[in-house]
Amino acid sequence: MAEYTLKLRRYDPESGEPAYWDEHTVELEPHRSVLEAILQAKALHDGSIGIRCSCRAAICGSCGVRVNGKPGLACHTHLDKAQRGARDGVIEVEPMGNMPVIKDLIVDMDAVHWKKIQRVTPWLEAKQPVPEREYVVAHESMVDVTQSMACIQCGACLSDCLSMEVDPLFVGPAALAKAYRFVGDPRDAQTATRLQDLADDPHGIYDCTHCFKCIDACPKGVAPMSQIMRLRRRAGNDFHIFDANNGERHERAFVSLVRQYGLLNEAELLPRSYGGDSPLAKFKPVAAKELASSLPAIAKALLRRKVTPAAVLKPHKLAASDLKAVKRIYDTIEGRDERVELNLYISGRDEDLLP
Amino acid sequence: MQFLPSHDVLIIGAGLAGQRAALAAAQTGVSVAIMSKVHPVRSHSVAAAGGMNAAIAVDDDWTEHAYDTVKGSDFLGDQDAIEIMCSEAPGEVMHLEHIGVTFYRNATGHLDLRAFGGASKKRTAYVADITGQAILHVLYEQLMRHHLTVARFEEWFVSSLILDDDGECTGAVARNIRSGDMQIFNAKSVILASGGAGQCYKPTTNALICTADGIAQAYAIGAPLMDMEMVQYHPTTLAENGFLITEGARGEGAHLLNSEGRRFMEDYAPNKMELASRDVVSRAEQTEINEGRGVGADGQGIYLDITVVPKKRVLEALREIVNIGRDFAGTDITREPIMIRPGQHYIMGGVKTDVDGRTPVTGLYAAGEVACVSVHGGNRLGANSLLDTLIFGRRSGEHAAQRGTDMPMPAAPESRLREDVARIDAIIARERGGRRISAIKDELGAMMNDKVAVFRDEQGLQEALEIIGRLKQESDVAAIDDRGTVFNQDVLGAIELGYLLDAAECTVVAAIERKESRGAQFRTDYPERDDEQWLKHIDLTRGEDGSPEISYSEVTITQWQPEVRKY
Repeated sequence: MAEYTLKLRRYDPESGEPAYWDEHTVELEPHRSVLEAILQAKALHDGSIGIRCSCRAAICGSCGVRVNGKPGLACHTHLDKAQRGARDGVIEVEPMGNMPVIKDLIVDMDAVHWKKIQRVTPWLEAKQPVPEREYVVAHESMVDVTQSMACIQCGACLSDCLSMEVDPLFVGPAALAKAYRFVGDPRDAQTATRLQDLADDPHGIYDCTHCFKCIDACPKGVAPMSQIMRLRRRAGNDFHIFDANNGERHERAFVSLVRQYGLLNEAELLPRSYGGDSPLAKFKPVAAKELASSLPAIAKALLRRKVTPAAVLKPHKLAASDLKAVKRIYDTIEGRDERVELNLYISGRDEDLLP
Repeated sequence: MQFLPSHDVLIIGAGLAGQRAALAAAQTGVSVAIMSKVHPVRSHSVAAAGGMNAAIAVDDDWTEHAYDTVKGSDFLGDQDAIEIMCSEAPGEVMHLEHIGVTFYRNATGHLDLRAFGGASKKRTAYVADITGQAILHVLYEQLMRHHLTVARFEEWFVSSLILDDDGECTGAVARNIRSGDMQIFNAKSVILASGGAGQCYKPTTNALICTADGIAQAYAIGAPLMDMEMVQYHPTTLAENGFLITEGARGEGAHLLNSEGRRFMEDYAPNKMELASRDVVSRAEQTEINEGRGVGADGQGIYLDITVVPKKRVLEALREIVNIGRDFAGTDITREPIMIRPGQHYIMGGVKTDVDGRTPVTGLYAAGEVACVSVHGGNRLGANSLLDTLIFGRRSGEHAAQRGTDMPMPAAPESRLREDVARIDAIIARERGGRRISAIKDELGAMMNDKVAVFRDEQGLQEALEIIGRLKQESDVAAIDDRGTVFNQDVLGAIELGYLLDAAECTVVAAIERKESRGAQFRTDYPERDDEQWLKHIDLTRGEDGSPEISYSEVTITQWQPEVRKY
């Protein structure tokens, strides 16, 4: 047994008072969860502490909170680990972010999370005709979508999503992972329509900034950002869809620049993103217009020495052997018959694979 | 403006049985509402791991499934209901497959089947070890799709069922947990699908929400409860904290080992070994523990060795228990055995229904763990519970929808609302003093796990009954802290405690009554099965003084006469 001090963020909507911190000390074994600590405080000290919870085993997805500022499930966070991450030895528990607080640690998931889920047409549009028995599909495809089926809708990934903080209309990590569950499902008839829809939406698949926060937050290994990247690869590579945010062309510019120079050439990135690979890309009207509107940003980059005038004129140069090595990477990857996708249910975690 | 919700069918509980009932009823075109005290995907069906039984293999037949189920029930299951469940199972699996459940496939791309306890063949369709979650989420996808035809009342708590002057159930009174507002919900038919009573026990694999709500609410308005003595202990729950380790692990080939490192199941079930019925395996484990061959510091555990299953298979098909082992026991199940023990998991008993989900109270239906059809009898087979929820959820939904077609919409008097508001306000206003709700609940759980568990006897059961009587008195005056209306979980906890005590009392009374050993009920003072005296259901009805009155009903036998049960 050890003693832990919890600092809970409380809010009583009926009091007219702002949110406040409330401290409780509990006694529990170190491998018990933060949820058990909260439930002990609730059982012994104050039954009015509000938190949704049910299964205690990271299956039902009820107890999404922030512990020491990090989103996750209270039942899935050990006390000893939380203690190590605590400031001044006090474990802080707050409601999740990006969603309105109803009471104490309870947030309004309907207002944000479930609305976004509803946005992605979250049901199978089955291929017709429906067979009498099961659809005959590859085992691997079902194992593949299990990673996104494993989502328990806890909302931890939304809580700290940076894109959603900036753009509340962003469809978001959980809903996009849900979208992949259908796009990856060979029984669905609407793959192209779904991808086109999510690419046309300026708040769709190209509104993610790859910050990895959702991957860190997810207690079930769903890796929502990876699912978003897979949606992009499906849309761009397999369906040749160009999106409303010009994301696909931007990614192609990255790929072509690194192939050519072995490194990123920032000065050429924007022209190529809009004008394509041609050396005259920057003179295409659409690229020129984009360049012009980006001039303040470019000026700032020059001022802060993120880009030097010399670099603009003279791109990075890599030793020939290194450039060859980069090309080999391209050849190997592009030479494969199929794209290799990482999937927890297939490959496991790194530590699973240790001998 | 008050809104006055009225629906042809009101479903209480939104796990698999409730959602399936809602979708089936809505399909007939009637107005449907589904209500749950939690968001539907938080329902405890989400925790069902291993799979769902159906005789879909070419070399299988539903009658074999039915026989296995009858034998598993220790011949207490009603065979007409079992025949319906097993014969309709393949169609239900295909329906789920067509609406999107991602069942795992075999090498030819057809549905794969895994082995499960008490089954003579591989017949369990599955999605990794998150089958319940996968089905629950897919049904909720369908509710989102049909949001115009099924009204959802999420985070509403039912405070009581409404009985009209003719003794028919015509709706419910419920509290919006978010706002504290209370409402009458009129309905031509009410389907209870609110799950089991696992929180009577501590530890239990059941979620905190499994508090016997529907069982106690139906009992309160005169519906009989059946087979309440039959409480399933699952053979593999985490020794550490009672969490479930799926039977799928043994289905994939994992071994049970005692302190001598021996597969002791060869002494108890030489043919089926680890895949005997759950009651048999749990008793075997408890016997090993009681006789000093348990493992762990206190000798109260048994080893489950999953390292014999190929790692690739564990990663793709048992991923969830890899997580549970790592996160909650600090054990890497791909490298070392994990310590388990028998733990409370399921109640076979519940509100007595017929094969269409009808209870003896007109207008009231029940389906899923809250109900007792009875398809599980004395012991439920693994992977038959998902099947039970879906088959009888659908049948209840269809039947209830049909029933209402020529009926006028009932309208309960406003006084029914006022009664419930006053009752809840009185709990909120209780004077401080007495024991805390949590202390009473903890005492109940530990006591039940001690005296009403795998092995039972008269003395222990009588003590249990006495303790429950005392706890009931204490719970009537237990004060709560939360005086508010928004998300007052405290007052709901107080009401749930009352439900748990009612359910626990019925379990103990029935266990005292049944003076034999059958299925999950093992009486050390009556160690044999006694078909002459006890091949019958025990029904309990709430008496005038509030305590259960006992009666009996016949077990329906169609084609399988009771025989000696060996695995």
